[in-house]
Amino acid sequence: MKGSVQMAIADGKILLGHGSGGKLMHDLIREVMVREFAADPHLRLLDSALLKLESRTLAFTTDTYVVKPLFFPGGNIGKLAVCGTINDLSVVGATPLFLSCALVIEEGFDISLLRKVVRSMKRVAERAGVKIVTGDTKVVEKGSGDGLFVNTTGIGYAKTFFDGEIQVEDEIILSGTIGDHGMAIMAAREDFGLETALRSDCAPVNELVESLKPFFHRIRLMRDPTRGGLATVLNEFVEGSGLGILIDEETIPIKRGVAALSELLGLDPLYVPNEGRVVLVCSRGMGEALVRRMRFHPLGRRSMVIGKVVADYPGKVCMTTKAGGTRILDMLVSDQLPRIC
Amino acid sequence: MKFVDEFRNRDVAAGLVRRIKQLLGRNHVSLMEVCGTHTASIQRYGLRSLLPKNLKLLSGPGCPVCVTPNEHVDLAIAYAMMEGVILATFGDMAKVPGSSTSLLKARAAGGHIQIVYSTMDALKLAENHPDKKIVFFGIGFETTAPTIAASILEAERRGISNYCAVSAAKVVPPAMEALLQGEVRIDGFICPGHVSVIIGSGAYSRIADVHRVPCVIAGFEPLDVLQAIEMLLRQVRDGRAEVENQYTRVVHEEGNVAARGIMEKVFETRDAKWRGIGVIPGSGLGIRQRYARYDAEVQLPATPEKTVENKQCICGLVLKGVRDPTDCRLFGKECTPENPVGACMVSGEGACAAYYKYR
Repeated sequence: MKGSVQMAIADGKILLGHGSGGKLMHDLIREVMVREFAADPHLRLLDSALLKLESRTLAFTTDTYVVKPLFFPGGNIGKLAVCGTINDLSVVGATPLFLSCALVIEEGFDISLLRKVVRSMKRVAERAGVKIVTGDTKVVEKGSGDGLFVNTTGIGYAKTFFDGEIQVEDEIILSGTIGDHGMAIMAAREDFGLETALRSDCAPVNELVESLKPFFHRIRLMRDPTRGGLATVLNEFVEGSGLGILIDEETIPIKRGVAALSELLGLDPLYVPNEGRVVLVCSRGMGEALVRRMRFHPLGRRSMVIGKVVADYPGKVCMTTKAGGTRILDMLVSDQLPRIC
Repeated sequence: MKFVDEFRNRDVAAGLVRRIKQLLGRNHVSLMEVCGTHTASIQRYGLRSLLPKNLKLLSGPGCPVCVTPNEHVDLAIAYAMMEGVILATFGDMAKVPGSSTSLLKARAAGGHIQIVYSTMDALKLAENHPDKKIVFFGIGFETTAPTIAASILEAERRGISNYCAVSAAKVVPPAMEALLQGEVRIDGFICPGHVSVIIGSGAYSRIADVHRVPCVIAGFEPLDVLQAIEMLLRQVRDGRAEVENQYTRVVHEEGNVAARGIMEKVFETRDAKWRGIGVIPGSGLGIRQRYARYDAEVQLPATPEKTVENKQCICGLVLKGVRDPTDCRLFGKECTPENPVGACMVSGEGACAAYYKYR
């Protein structure tokens, strides 16, 4: 992995794939950023940093949003920016409290659109019980931006946090259908001439996570499967653990429209981003109880136990396919590109 | 999903695998799946893990991205770097390494490259950028070639003069025949499903009648592939060599006459170079003189870099079915999907990428 990054850097240019959430991006972060910023180069990268201050632990995270189009079925860049940061705090086990909002606006951008974005940020923050307390606004010359970029940074209070080690027979739970966000964006972005009813799953998951409080001590790890999708998150779970994960394709919920569009474009929904889902690892025998609890929440209605941690295939994620065969699920490498035929 | 899930059923798959094992017994049989989408399907559904070891599935040359030689990739890159030109390409062609770089890397270095989903998108691009010349990188087999032809006819009809195509399109049956002259033993062909939609099941009759090799045209779902294997093994057992059609829900004997018609109108067959295989007579589709206005190589002379091939890369042998991707010294080391050395590591249909992704 190391070698490939150095080769990519020796080539000298950032490719779009370096921002895809896949292997290319992971390598770039490890080799360029973590190497400079972190004392420990093998630092475990969670969705939020955990800051120990005297007797308290705070969770701290930041994320920048450059989605195109800015408005899509099920959300917009502002809602996405608030949800994304809330979710990064929630999945480490923290209660999100405060957010910042920084906007980079391109000259000529409609103020009415900006207002729409900001209003929806407010709405979703209120719903999630989070306050947006500080911000920054920059305007760049026409042509130097793409309408609007949004950054949000968030702080949460972490009484417990999920940074356990996975163990054999641990169960894997997915909170709902996969691929909704990515395929909705794909359908809205590209002019396929298709009419779809796809909607992004963009939503704050803090309430869903909070509802699992009685089970927190049974949860080892949790992630939101955004860029890189479900397959990439599962790979992050096994990274460096010496254990493997085996999932069953038949248990993974997927909406018909998402399945159909992915078939059509030759994309694999296992690698398509989600913005309102969580994947977690819990201790053996707890899966069914957790799933029952999750299904009480609207965002967890289609929760499923999708697999377990196994001693076979160390460091790898495997899947029993619908046809009954077994295959390895690698991490996403770079952006998925639609195939020719 | 209707008409998809039915073809992925675990119990039916198990039944087919049982019958395949009975038919095969202890015999060693080598079948070639010609089409890259079959390779991808076999890997994606983990079919190898279900099948007996003495049944060898060879990956054929049916990934259009993989068989496009460096010369054509270099030419496309030269167009992308040319002033006033936008190169329109299918997505998975963008990552294919040429002699020294790829289209994606050329884009990061300032090249003008637009990924499109169809030739009509490329035509729309030409309409939206009247000040630019749009060059479509026309790769593909009989499945895509009619759409390239259609875009040229449509450009003429609508009077769009800033559109042209590099014709790197190829036809499949000559390549299958060329492989039969080679060193690898092929006991049967799993013939491409969607190519056959266009060319019809009759197109393989020479392979069955003259070369005496069984052919079964197959769909792309796991049960399609398993059933095609079963049908081929029956032919092998009975000593028959026929063209059978497993994919009856879309493939007919005469194929798509209209699509072949526009293909013949715009293209003429030429000799073409296939990566790793070399020149196969009559396997390429060049743009006819009558449509030379839309032929990029006539309209926009370019000077691509000198072609260099990586000596260690065995893509050629993989495409001929002589070697498995895992036999390559570069596989999974210097050559990975994030840094492909050979074309077979790029497309989801490429044998090396399929092996790497779904090991």
